[in-house]
Amino acid sequence: MTDAKDIVKMLGISKSFPGVVALDSVDFSLRRGEIHALMGENGAGKSTLIKVLTGVEQPDRGTIELDGKIVQVRSPQHSQELGISTVYQEVNLCTNISIAENIMLGREPRRFGSIHWRKMNELAQKAIDRLNIEVDVTQPLGNYSVAIQQMVAITRALEILSTRVLILDEPTSSLDIQETNLLFDVMRRLKSEGIGIIFITHFLDQVYQIADRITVLRNGRLVGTYDLCSLPRLELVAKMLGRSLTELDAMSKGKLGEEEKKGKQCLVEAKGLGRTGMLEPMDLELSANEVLGIAGLLGSGRTELAGLIFGIDAPDNGSLIVDGKKVSSFSPNESLKRGIALCPEDRKAAGVVGDLTIRENIILALQARNGWFKFLTMPKQNEIAEEYIRLLGIVTPSAEQLVKNLSGGNQQKVILARWLATNPKVLILDEPTRGIDVGAKAEIQKLVMQLAEEGKSCVFISSELEEVLRISHRVAVLRDRRKVAEYSSDVDDRTIIHTMAGEA
Amino acid sequence: MKNISVLLKRFRESRLFWPVIAWVLILVFDAIVEPGFFELGIIDDPVYGKHLYGNLIDVFRNGAPLMLVAIGMTLVIATGGVDLSVGAVIAISAAMGAVLINPALGNELITNDILTKNATNTPLPLIILAGLAAGTLCGLWNGLLVSRARIQPMVATLILMVAGRGIAQLITNGQIMTIYYTPYFWFGNGYILGLPVSVYIVALVFVVAWVLVRRTSIGLFIESVGINSKSSFYSGINEKNVKLIAYAFCGFCAAIAGLILSSYVHSADGNNNGLNYELDAILAVVMGGTLMSGGRFSLLASVIGALVLWTFTVTIYTLGVPANALLAAKAVLVMLVIFLYSDYSRKWINRIFERKGSQHGEAN
Repeated sequence: MTDAKDIVKMLGISKSFPGVVALDSVDFSLRRGEIHALMGENGAGKSTLIKVLTGVEQPDRGTIELDGKIVQVRSPQHSQELGISTVYQEVNLCTNISIAENIMLGREPRRFGSIHWRKMNELAQKAIDRLNIEVDVTQPLGNYSVAIQQMVAITRALEILSTRVLILDEPTSSLDIQETNLLFDVMRRLKSEGIGIIFITHFLDQVYQIADRITVLRNGRLVGTYDLCSLPRLELVAKMLGRSLTELDAMSKGKLGEEEKKGKQCLVEAKGLGRTGMLEPMDLELSANEVLGIAGLLGSGRTELAGLIFGIDAPDNGSLIVDGKKVSSFSPNESLKRGIALCPEDRKAAGVVGDLTIRENIILALQARNGWFKFLTMPKQNEIAEEYIRLLGIVTPSAEQLVKNLSGGNQQKVILARWLATNPKVLILDEPTRGIDVGAKAEIQKLVMQLAEEGKSCVFISSELEEVLRISHRVAVLRDRRKVAEYSSDVDDRTIIHTMAGEA
Repeated sequence: MKNISVLLKRFRESRLFWPVIAWVLILVFDAIVEPGFFELGIIDDPVYGKHLYGNLIDVFRNGAPLMLVAIGMTLVIATGGVDLSVGAVIAISAAMGAVLINPALGNELITNDILTKNATNTPLPLIILAGLAAGTLCGLWNGLLVSRARIQPMVATLILMVAGRGIAQLITNGQIMTIYYTPYFWFGNGYILGLPVSVYIVALVFVVAWVLVRRTSIGLFIESVGINSKSSFYSGINEKNVKLIAYAFCGFCAAIAGLILSSYVHSADGNNNGLNYELDAILAVVMGGTLMSGGRFSLLASVIGALVLWTFTVTIYTLGVPANALLAAKAVLVMLVIFLYSDYSRKWINRIFERKGSQHGEAN
């Protein structure tokens, strides 16, 4: 069975956590000079498989072979010594020190007992040249984009840790197209050097652009490993979901007719709303029974706009009128009482409270609105939690599970549940489908449309244009922190892309 | 049988497990080394009447101030902060009480034409209220610095830790102020139904605090803010006020402790009242399983943590270890606690339990 080309061979890996079987006898192999995509829905077991390979978790059963020899990966550090490195979507480097220091950290060349700065910069420059990217290694890392930071992380992995197996965990989820292409160039170069790359992503396009083989996991089990050319895209999605795609197709027809939109009721009106250095003054109307899509590149002011409407920051320009009344004080708490909810972009930093249970996370906003002394009774809390776990299909053994133990998509659903539980009139969703799988994505899209039908006003912010166009009734386009256009839903994506890019 | 094992498992996973184990270990040690440790007697005190006495009573009576401070400190630490000023706040409230009892700053008072020291012009409720108000104000000050001025908790409370003792000395005019007022002594020395008054005060404050955090949403908000302040803010929690109330309550608890302490020693001493209480309180809270980074907390576990510290102290005294060696002995305890609470040893101990658990499982 042993293929000489295999660097990594994992056989019959099983791992259980309290109440969950995360991996059930999964096989996986990685060849030299191969880009191997690891695909699956949230909770499919991708992360756990990687954690087992990198020594974060010990498998309950199964063996790991490295270059044909059975090894036990004792710790993340041990895995690095074995030549296995991971670059995460959130970069684990220090942004306040220079690129050279980041690359050479712990291996600084020394002279007379102190750091030999010139030599260190030279070495770092040489290392980073291997990836063919242009940066000034003496500059602080924080001066560069996330894409460059990832390159630096990869460089560090290659140079310092002499990596043979590189794991890229959702590396492209915060990159734009150009940056993604840059990363792909680097990946191809590494591939030609014989390094095995495990590529985890939710973007199907990218998989078909760069991967050689695909391994699909579902519910902790191996669905199969396929050569890219032998697996059509639709079949891949079907394998990941384990169900048919008619549901997805049916969804796009769910929009409201033009007639119904005529009698729309304006819930929130922004007049010249803006904040110096954050967002140029803009007008915007949010109406009941409507999904307003917001399109724009990263940094175009999408998140800032959501923050101003929700009261994360107070505007210093223009006015915000909610239900016909001018808003004078801004805070999330006030917004909550006005019936506005914001599902924030950064799920980890601003969304979940990891060490609280699902139940506590779900009732948090509702309880914050009720205040300190109207404490929801335990039966009531349980009722609400159970209701939303069922409604949104949150996969968990119980409502008392800590949220940090859930997969990304399920965490996102918990945050959604938190806001739905407050029964808002206006729901702002900032990148609600980022980093979650196809199935959960479709569910959330469907939910947003349902909410609009029920009379709510939804604001849908997403980097995925196709998604924005599919579910929005109107689309506002932002560029460089100002609103540049507003379209009705029948606009085609070309027009929007041109507007976003400023070429129209 | 199954219920018992489920209960045992829940106990082992609860925050109470380690402090209770530590306490039991010390008590077992006492039982072996010093069999007389647990003896309780009844004494007929000329002032305070019949009451129990013995080492255990001492533990509770002397430990009461620390338990109070630990209750307040738990909430502050749970928000992700720390309050280094509680010792100084103890001194301030003690000074406040003493100065109000001695309106003429130590001069003798003429009551019913008799020159007497054992009296005061100020009504007792006012004395207590003033002490509590002073402490709560200190707590509010800390809370404002942390929540509104966004100063790091350790730095913010360091200000009052240093300044507070100065303020206490200003209040008492730089003197160690002796208190002559018997009704006031009752808080630190009196007994109800044979048990020290201070124990009842701890119980009362504990119940009030517990109801405040577990029967309202404040406890949930404190934990949420301690785990992820930004997420809490985004969820509509007024995290500034949550922190403010935690620090204010901590100051309030320290103030009660200050009154009891000054009542117990019949004096207010700006330099020495509540010395090192901040560190003992932090230790008690940490023993109670609340992480210094904030988040989940248990008030009862912190109180037991304080109890462990005082049982240990009384044990050391009973063994005849000289007072000047107490700190060294305490250091050993601290090291043991830190070791027990390290991830490494926890994993190790959990593994032992799990192995035992699985053996039982196979036997069934």
